[in-house]
Amino acid sequence: MPLLELKDLTVSYDRIEAVRGISLTVEDGELVTLIGANGAGKTTTMRAVSGIRPVARGSVWFDGKDITRMKAHERVTAGIVQAPEGRGVFPGMTVVENLEMGAYARTFKTKAEHDKTVDRVFELFPRLLERRTQVGGTLSGGEQQMLAIGRALMARPRLLLLDEPSMGLAPLVIQQIFRIITEINTEGTTILLVEQNAQQALSRSDRAYILETGEVTTSGKGADLLADPAVKQAYLGVA
Amino acid sequence: MSTETTRPTLQLSFSDKLRLWWDALARPTQWLIGVPFIVFIALLPVIRPPVLTTVGTDFGGVLAQFGMYALLAIGLNVVVGQTGLLDLGYVGFYAIGAYTVGLLTSPDSPWNLTDDWLSRDWAWLFALPIAIAITAISGLILGTPTLRLRGDYLAIVTLGFGEIVRLLADNLTNLTRGGQGLTKIAYPVAGVSESRPNGVFSAGNSTAPFNSGTWWFWVSIVFIIIVLLIVGNLERSRVGRAWVAIREDEDAAEIMGVPTFKFKLWAFIIGASIGGLSGALYAGQVQFVVPTTFNVINSMLFLCAVVLGGQGNKLGVILGAFVIVYLPNFFLGRTELLGIPIDGNEIANYKYLFFGVALVVLMIFRPQGLIPARQKLLAYGRAIYVATRKAALALNRKPAPAPAAATDTEGGAR
Repeated sequence: MPLLELKDLTVSYDRIEAVRGISLTVEDGELVTLIGANGAGKTTTMRAVSGIRPVARGSVWFDGKDITRMKAHERVTAGIVQAPEGRGVFPGMTVVENLEMGAYARTFKTKAEHDKTVDRVFELFPRLLERRTQVGGTLSGGEQQMLAIGRALMARPRLLLLDEPSMGLAPLVIQQIFRIITEINTEGTTILLVEQNAQQALSRSDRAYILETGEVTTSGKGADLLADPAVKQAYLGVA
Repeated sequence: MSTETTRPTLQLSFSDKLRLWWDALARPTQWLIGVPFIVFIALLPVIRPPVLTTVGTDFGGVLAQFGMYALLAIGLNVVVGQTGLLDLGYVGFYAIGAYTVGLLTSPDSPWNLTDDWLSRDWAWLFALPIAIAITAISGLILGTPTLRLRGDYLAIVTLGFGEIVRLLADNLTNLTRGGQGLTKIAYPVAGVSESRPNGVFSAGNSTAPFNSGTWWFWVSIVFIIIVLLIVGNLERSRVGRAWVAIREDEDAAEIMGVPTFKFKLWAFIIGASIGGLSGALYAGQVQFVVPTTFNVINSMLFLCAVVLGGQGNKLGVILGAFVIVYLPNFFLGRTELLGIPIDGNEIANYKYLFFGVALVVLMIFRPQGLIPARQKLLAYGRAIYVATRKAALALNRKPAPAPAAATDTEGGAR
């Protein structure tokens, strides 16, 4: 049984269908990537999975249960946590306060469990520890992305949704972020990743789906797609 | 850049310094300073300090009005300042609170209870919790369909709500007598003496300084303190964290697991009931309600108090309410100021113009308001908060070679 399954999912903005009947699965422990050009429906798919965008047709299944009508904040408790596109850190809250908000829906049994979670986030992102009393709005782009991922990890997700973590970042920072994403995944967190940086994303993911104007056109293993000449031409800029 | 040894100079404004000083004080010391300060404010209508006292209207009455506006500002601040929902129809809740008391206790109303089984002496106190409950319910009724809207759309719908309430009061003539208003609304009867046959709260008690305005000012101070304690505790709780998260980024709050709709509705209900409380106080003080008191322009005035004082800061919005109420009354009836002849009535008449200009100027130079809100470290206890504030204060006072990291404590506040 897949951890996440989208069945014939359609999401529309008024009469415009941004996502048209896509189906995909994410198995427990996998790192799955959605790649596609601007306007392909990647972020919309992500928002439908996290619940902040209503579904027009089709269904979303998580851990064997139909969650199509479940509210976004309930999905967090169920284990689906998103680090949103454009990072979405709380600009007026400090780094620590942002992290605490990440754990809003989670109840820690002991203080030690809480401290362990915070320590783990700071271990993954030492930069956040340096900046812990700084407000989110004054962080650099890379730091905000780290904070968004760290904040999502505070909720101990079963499925982590990462929406374009590389957007607007310097190449070195992108590498660093992807390294950490792989690390989080190897520790057992299932990840659904949306990316435009196909090179990095495909080389690190187990499987990938290619979205074009709201439909899945190709899917397969990350490494296979990376070698696919059609994919190379369209997304990797190699003729 | 400077010729001296470089050290990070923290540019602290007066209000920042005041806050640092206050936050660094121990709790008992805060009480020792706070209580006499409140007592001093409460005694203002008795002292009636020269120059500061109003001449056109009674100073006690002005301060009573300030007390009610302060409550309104605190309530509106929960909605606008804490949760970030723009409510332009807040006057509607004020009206509902006032009209609930009016309808239950005025002899003009068909729902009057006081010629039946309810003593007029106790009628106001009886109607007060009902008024608060009814406004809370009206907040729920307004919020349930409209809080799915965001930003400008919500503002427009709430603006409509404020007008609907006023128009209902104006047109349900067999209930509210429309423009004639409801008269002889009950007030608490207390302190009856020979010189004050109807008690101290009666509008007929006009012997200054202990006139009805002064007494209603004292009542509103009591309610302000109660409301501040409740709202303050809410703000420090999970509810408050949820509100701030919603204000900062609603979608992000939702995907952190905050039930945003529920908490927005709670903010609306709490804000509404505080507005209703203020309306009930108003009805008791004036003992007369009429629809024109609840014009939409009043909503703007309340909002002005919140924005002027500092959104999200309870003391700031109280100061804002004071400015809004006091300044026009200060000029009303004044013919000279510091020896310069002025036409105070004219100045008071142009209050909306002056407040408008003041807001524009404020938005340019101090967009956070007179006393801006500063995010506190929600994650840590008060102890750490005090420690960091002390450090920042010490850094500012001593021209010591400060460590570079110290700038981070201030955290580039917005």
